[in-house]
Amino acid sequence: MSVFKIFDVAGSGMSAQMLRLNTVASNLANTESVVTNREDVYKARHPVFESILQQTGSMDEVATVRVKEIVEEETAAIPHYRPNHPLSNAEGYVYSPNIDAVAEMADMISASRSYQNNVEVLNTAKQMLLRTLQLGQA
Amino acid sequence: MSVNFDKAFGVHDNALLLFERRTQLLSENIANVDTPDFRARDIDFQQALQQAQSNRLLMQTSHAEHIQPSQQPFSEHVQYREVEQSAADGNTVDLQKEKAAFAENAIRYQTTLHILSRKISGLKSAFKGE
Repeated sequence: MSVFKIFDVAGSGMSAQMLRLNTVASNLANTESVVTNREDVYKARHPVFESILQQTGSMDEVATVRVKEIVEEETAAIPHYRPNHPLSNAEGYVYSPNIDAVAEMADMISASRSYQNNVEVLNTAKQMLLRTLQLGQA
Repeated sequence: MSVNFDKAFGVHDNALLLFERRTQLLSENIANVDTPDFRARDIDFQQALQQAQSNRLLMQTSHAEHIQPSQQPFSEHVQYREVEQSAADGNTVDLQKEKAAFAENAIRYQTTLHILSRKISGLKSAFKGE
């Protein structure tokens, strides 16, 4: 019964978007996490989605979403000259991650909207299924 | 005159199956709105329903290595959607169009369901002879 597959599809979309929202939260929370070494700095994380359909190309396939990988952004850390900071290195520098807060916020809104769309699909599918169960009862 | 349930429901039972499959395809498009290289799919409604009406013959398999018939209804009518412009990541989902199509499809499904419901209650009252 393919109505139940709609729940799989919308559910997979919701969990993928939720993971995206999680990475956004993690990126935003770590904008001010300073470290002593340039290499240890936090790097912004972004999930890459994929659809199972892309591998087989079969029209029979149910195209659920899944997270293929989480990539770390390779941007140079920002040095700050703070000799009095407890984490500063020998030259008096601390390093903070180079996170684009505005892009993260836009990503957050996009993830939230996509999540809502999936919820809407789920609700409509549920309604359709329940109405079908009542077929011929009235 | 014999009562034939296939004829009693007419085109509507096939239409219901078709709407259901279309709901699934459109929900896949909506769920994959952020998937790189995802190509949106839809079903050619007119063509699929026409063929469903002209007695679909189902393929029988008697051996595990035979070509398996499609697992889902109307798979042979599923096509990639043609779009004017795809996103930079190769995704061809137009969310506004997909949502509109999804809403339209849901209404059509419920309309067909309503018609079927009326047909069943008509049959019921005919059986009771009230």
